[in-house]
Formats: sequence, C-alpha cells, structure tokens
Amino acid sequence: MDKTVADLASAVAGICDGMVVMIGGFGGAGAPIELIHALIDRYRATGHPSDLTVVNNNAGNGHVGLAALIEAGMVRKLICSFPRSADPVVFTERYLAGQIELELVPQGTLAERIRAGGAGIPAFYTPTSFGTDLARGKPVEEFEGRHYVRERWLKADVALVKADTADPCGNLTYRAAARNFGPLMCMAATETVVQARQIVAAGVINPETVITPGIFVQKVVLVPDPRQEEDLNRAQAVYPPEA
Amino acid sequence: MDKLTNNQIAWRAAQDIADGAYVNLGIGFPEKVAQYQPPGRQAIFHTENGILGFGEAPDAGAEDWDIINAGKKAVTIRPGTAFFHHADSFAMVRGGHLDVAILGAYEVAENGDLANWSTGPKGVPAVGGAMDLVHGAKRVAVITDHVTREGKPKLLQRCTLPLTGVACVTRVYTSLAVIDIEGGRFVLREKLASLSLDELQAVTGAKLLTPGKVTDLVVPDL
Repeated sequence: MDKTVADLASAVAGICDGMVVMIGGFGGAGAPIELIHALIDRYRATGHPSDLTVVNNNAGNGHVGLAALIEAGMVRKLICSFPRSADPVVFTERYLAGQIELELVPQGTLAERIRAGGAGIPAFYTPTSFGTDLARGKPVEEFEGRHYVRERWLKADVALVKADTADPCGNLTYRAAARNFGPLMCMAATETVVQARQIVAAGVINPETVITPGIFVQKVVLVPDPRQEEDLNRAQAVYPPEA
Repeated sequence: MDKLTNNQIAWRAAQDIADGAYVNLGIGFPEKVAQYQPPGRQAIFHTENGILGFGEAPDAGAEDWDIINAGKKAVTIRPGTAFFHHADSFAMVRGGHLDVAILGAYEVAENGDLANWSTGPKGVPAVGGAMDLVHGAKRVAVITDHVTREGKPKLLQRCTLPLTGVACVTRVYTSLAVIDIEGGRFVLREKLASLSLDELQAVTGAKLLTPGKVTDLVVPDL
C-alpha cells in the first residue's frame, strides 16, 4: 500500500465545486498552508474549485492560507467557532458585505460534531449553548436534571490536514499542539489529504505512537519545510505573491 | 472611589486556586491569574487547543508557533506537559474534569447567567470555547471590573446581552468585592474596606445579601 502522491497539485486534484472541505489548524498551528495554496493555484489556473464550504476553527489571518482562499473568492460558507484574528480583514469585509455565509459553532461542539461525523454518530446531546442564541431551533432534552442541546454530526468531502510524520500506510503523528483538529477531520472526510514534513517507511513509526491510524487517510504528500502562518504574516506575505 | 487594578483582581482570584488544580483561564485578562499563584502552589493549566500543563510565555524570538494557547499567544512546555486533540480537550471541559475555569464578563446575573461573548448583532460574531467552558468546570468564576467604562453595573438581576451560559457562575471577583452566587442571589463575601455597603450596593444592579461576615478585600500593591 502506498498512499503517497507525487506533488501538491495531485494531492488537491479531487476537490470539486461546492464541496465541503475541512481544513485543520487552530490559528497557524496545524494549518496546511501548502495544500491551501496549491488549491488556490488550481483555482487561478482552471476556475475550480469554487463555491466551497470550509470548516476550520477560525477564518484566516492576514493574506495567506485560509484568508487567501477566502480572498480568492473560492469560499461560499464558513463553519467555525472564532472568525477573528490579529488581521481578520479578508473575512470581515466579505462577511459584512454579505458575500460569505457564516455558521458559528461553539468550539467544543465543532470538535465533537466532526468527531461524531467520523465515528458514525448522527447526533449527540451537549450542555454547551443551552439557553443561548446558538441553541435556537435545536431540540433540547433533560437528562438527570440538566438540559442538553441536540447537535448534528459534521462530515466533509475532503479534509486538508498537516502532519509531522507519515508513512505510506497513512499513519500519522503531529507536532505539539499542531494536532488540534487534525485527527478529528481525518476521520470525518471521504477523502483526507495530508501534507507531512517527513514520510518514512512503514514500520518506522512506532505503532504505540501513531496518533491517526492510516485507515482515516487517503493521500499523503511530502512538504519537507512547511511554512508557518505566523511567520508569513510577520513578513506581511500575500498569496499569491503580487507580481 | 478606590478600586483594584486588573493585576490585583487576578491576584485575588489566584489565591483560591489549590495546588495541583486543573485550571482553564479565558483569553485576555484572565490569563493574568497564572502570574499570581501563591508560592508553593502549582496549578495545571489547560488550553482548549490541546495542551495540559503548559508554562509561561517564551522570550521574544523564542516562540514556537505550534505551542500556543487559546488566545494564540506562544507558551512553553514544562515537565509533565501533555498534548491532545480537540475532542479530548473538550471532553476534559464538558466531562467535568477541570477544577476551575476563570472567565471575563460583560455582564453577570444574580442567577449565575453569564454574558461574555457578544455585545449584540453588530460586527462579526465569535464564540470560541466560552460556551463549552461554562458547562464543564467544577467551579466557574468570573473576574471583572465592577462596573462598565460608563460606570453602569455589570452585576445585574438579569443579563441584557446574549448569554454565554445559564446559571453557570458561582463566584465573581470584581474591582470592588468578592461575591458568591448562591440560590440565585448575590452573596457578598469581601469588599474594599474604604467602601461602605451602601456605596457598593449603589453600583451593583441586584441586591447584595450579607448573611455572614463580610471581610475586607485586602490585596498587595500590583
């Protein structure tokens, strides 16, 4: 078995107009910058994919990564918990102009909805958001004297995830808190595409330390020196670079 | 009117955190609480993005942007640190495993309702992990100025802003007092010595009960 693909362009080739795309990361930690930029390259060359629904904790920062994807006009709807950042201008302008739809989800509910999507659990009850505006229209039930809100699973056509080490079977480890949503999104997508800092032979990753088992991963592409969103923003980078 | 600085409010909140407690501090002002742990006590700090037992901020230039807190500020690892994914992180939160969460507030009501995520329909709404945190920790405390910038009470009979959670707050540390929420009422525990009960009541939007002794709120210069 070999899930590795030759380059970033092949890694994102299966993403079509209108798809739901989960993108890993919390702020810059775990953001698969190179996969996102490869998707922007494809859109600029072919006009596709567009009309995407993106699931991420945030809404991008500066003019790289997710912010650049939004700025390119590829995103119709964003599902996230915290669409603010140090430099949220790209999302903010489009949102206030009514050009992008927002589904705001409490962070733990977002994580659990993704986990449930990957685990085959169509709905679950959580105390989070009970009695608030974000619970409006959702069924409520009482268990052992407390009220809980019913939330639905969240699944995706594609997940774009940044790992540290991968093997050809798709087994993954992550780096520090770059893990965040990665393992959940890998489970919840029909096709999970992973960029890894290194790809090692099967057997090199100790089975005890595998975080995401390969069954949840379909494609792995090597990105040996991944860019960090914070560094790009400090350098005031813009994607694609202005001519 | 005398009032505590933000550092002094954070100091007072820190005195109630036991050694070895698992603690989540909200982003911004509540992060200050970590600086004022009493000598000999070491709480274990949780951040929503998947770190337990993180340490203080690194020196400028030494940041590792894969090691950040929920406010996306760089932190450090220390002996005993653990990393985990977001579903495990919120299992720690909702599952009742945290001892204390300390959050900021726009408004707190005497029934324990908290409003701290939205000032209304204008702008871009953002909630983050606040709605999860208020329903998980064994104790949910708020640190806040006693009044708004305009001098209006932040402690009210009922919140007027969109709620973060219902009946979730159990203690409020303000710039003037320490107040518990018990049985749907504000119970005054400590107040600045320079302030009379009437003066404090005048800047509080609901009745302060004093069933027990009210002690002086004494903090160091910070």
